[in-house]
Amino acid sequence: MSTEEQAGQIVARILSSHNKEKRNLIPLLQEVQTKLGYLPKSAMEEIAKSLEISKIEVWGVATFYNQFRFVPLGKYHTMVCMGTACHLAGGRLILEALERELGIKVGGTTEDGNFSLERVACIGCCMLAPVMVVANKIHPKMTPFKVEEALIPYRQEVQPKKN
Amino acid sequence: MTFEEIKSRAGIEWQDLQKTTYVLVGAATCGRAAGALNVIDAFGKELARRGLQVPIIQVGCMGLCHAEPLVVICKAASLRVVYGHVSPEVVPRLVEGYIVGEDPCLELALGTLEEDRGAFYIPELPRFERELRLILHRCGNIDPENINHYMANGGYSGLERALRMEPDEIIAELRKSALRGRGGAGFPTHLKWQLCRKAEGTPKYVICNADEGDPGAFMDRVILESDPHQVIEGMIIAGYVVGAEQGYIYVRAEYPLAIDRVQVALTQAQETGLLGHSILGTDFGFHIDIAAGAGAFVSGEATALVAAIEGRRSEPRPRPPRLTEAGLWNKPTLLNNVKTFAYVPLIIKRGGDWFASIGTEGSRGTAVFTLAGKVANVGLAEVPMGTTLRELIHDIGGGIAKDKQFRAVQIGGPSGGCLPETLLDSPIDYDSLREAGSMMGSGGMIVMDEDNCMVDAARFFLDFSVKESCGKCTMCRLGTLQMLNILEDITAGRSKIHDVDLLLALAEDVKAGSLCGLGKTAPNPVLTTLRYFRDEYEAHILEKRCTARVCPELTVYYILPEKCDRACEHCVLTCPTEAIKGDKGEVKVIDQEKCSKCGTCLEVCPPEYNAVVKLSPVSLLPSPSLSKEKTHR
Repeated sequence: MSTEEQAGQIVARILSSHNKEKRNLIPLLQEVQTKLGYLPKSAMEEIAKSLEISKIEVWGVATFYNQFRFVPLGKYHTMVCMGTACHLAGGRLILEALERELGIKVGGTTEDGNFSLERVACIGCCMLAPVMVVANKIHPKMTPFKVEEALIPYRQEVQPKKN
Repeated sequence: MTFEEIKSRAGIEWQDLQKTTYVLVGAATCGRAAGALNVIDAFGKELARRGLQVPIIQVGCMGLCHAEPLVVICKAASLRVVYGHVSPEVVPRLVEGYIVGEDPCLELALGTLEEDRGAFYIPELPRFERELRLILHRCGNIDPENINHYMANGGYSGLERALRMEPDEIIAELRKSALRGRGGAGFPTHLKWQLCRKAEGTPKYVICNADEGDPGAFMDRVILESDPHQVIEGMIIAGYVVGAEQGYIYVRAEYPLAIDRVQVALTQAQETGLLGHSILGTDFGFHIDIAAGAGAFVSGEATALVAAIEGRRSEPRPRPPRLTEAGLWNKPTLLNNVKTFAYVPLIIKRGGDWFASIGTEGSRGTAVFTLAGKVANVGLAEVPMGTTLRELIHDIGGGIAKDKQFRAVQIGGPSGGCLPETLLDSPIDYDSLREAGSMMGSGGMIVMDEDNCMVDAARFFLDFSVKESCGKCTMCRLGTLQMLNILEDITAGRSKIHDVDLLLALAEDVKAGSLCGLGKTAPNPVLTTLRYFRDEYEAHILEKRCTARVCPELTVYYILPEKCDRACEHCVLTCPTEAIKGDKGEVKVIDQEKCSKCGTCLEVCPPEYNAVVKLSPVSLLPSPSLSKEKTHR
């Protein structure tokens, strides 16, 4: 079975577990994204069909909310907190350092698909500012200098033979 | 089971726990980020290794965020000792010392929760003398996932009492309490409840707004993660008063732990007969569902939040009609903030007069604040209304971190304002803050020091509002963007002094031309910084100088030749853009063309040399280094 077919089955299963009411649109999108990591176009089309609303309505809602993504994330999703406390403690410098280290701009994914980089509004750990999150692990009190070091374990995992 | 039976069962469980030795670990999101789960793991392993049966309870947050991970070891008939900054490495020591033995390891402790000679008594910390914990008092002390802990500590007796009262009596009690909505705007709660109760149409709905979007504010998260039942109890009472059978808690998707804990609490309340059909044997039934937000700041606006629950784009709509007349699916809807609901059971239990005796004339009760930024003790505090900003920042927050100078305090997030030193003695209440150009907001307080640029801070908040504007109103969508462009010009040294007037004019237009609170208040950070820190704007515009040396275009890094060690190469080796030149034994020089202004050289230069400085304006850069650079290129 191709990954596309697999994704289709997952979406069908999610759709069958909810009432066909428009109020379930956001929970449906959330569940699909949790399972697939992003919202493929085909999944949104299926949701529109199932809820009997237009595709553009689904697209309109999905693009309105920050939570939804339309491309798969990297293996190690990296987020930089841009909340007030982190900003005041130099969050911008952390983001720039990551862009430089990974060679991508915020919102992008590295060519090998290993890292994706995103800015988030506030993760609520203000006492640890500035923070970045790599693959759900919070790295507290970051400095631009510590960025390269923090990425080493993840890089080694993807390229164990690199010497 | 009757309420008394449920309560006594809960009381027995709690009393039994008090007779044993047990461990509390602060495991709210903030504690977990600081490593609480590793600490729990270490306790589990060490206790298992010794074959000890000691309960480890994951509690919420005590508000001492700066000392996380936080552990409390409770022993029957002995001191409860609080340990801060606990690492897995010290766990065996604590187990050996205080769980097995009788040594409370005071050298590792923050203090004790009971008074004892020779140990520091935590309630006597200056911060706790200023605090008055009404809705935070159980946070960090009870298991948020155990309804019996809540009930043994007074929980659900407000509901039990309310169900024996007439709805109008409850509203009268709320009127006496003079409770105002804690979402920020401060609308009298009794009035809102009355409007919804009187509104025609069924069914009616109750919504709890837990879409805490202000960057740097996390009170609602802490309450839901530490003591969720009080919010549920408040909502059930609201349902009883307005005549609703269905409630929703709208929680941000960014708070997964809060969602989990609320879900557990709802299930337990249902199993205990406090939620669902015929609550406590009455003919009143009430159900609550969680609606998870999808990441839009504007969803915190009441009408936008309703649209989000309905499955639409969360765009605000004009009011009237108020939500109390036409809210969710056009039915009468009561929407309050997390904290507002949390106060309700207390007011029912202790009376409106009691609540009204706390606080100031126009603002009764307490206020919950998160204190973050450049303050020594980042944390959460609950103080009586009328406490001054200075007391909050200095006594509770421990003053400015690292002995720096206070610059400003920002209250109310992107809708609030930055207040200067001269206003630190103003009392915290709805009206004083509004007068100063800020607002109570949801209670996020960020302290800034001499290293923070106020123009940059205004730019930061406006950037947030631009990104989060839903786009419905032109002035909010485009007006804020124009303001941001001007601020970016100012921080980059590209502006003229008349731009300030343009900024002021635009700010008024954005306020007037926006439908909802987001747009109406988006100019506040700019207006307050212009009002209190105009000199900083002028320095940026007229002298191209950033006072705090933050704005990258107006700042350069420079290595002082007389301080540079020459033999040391820390900066050369760590510079990410290879912008620092100088062979071993030579003074190091920064190539300004290549410098990305990341500040690594400043960070790595050993403190004994301290040779790297930031200069602003750029013209302060000594010319020899410029010419020397040219020879390198």
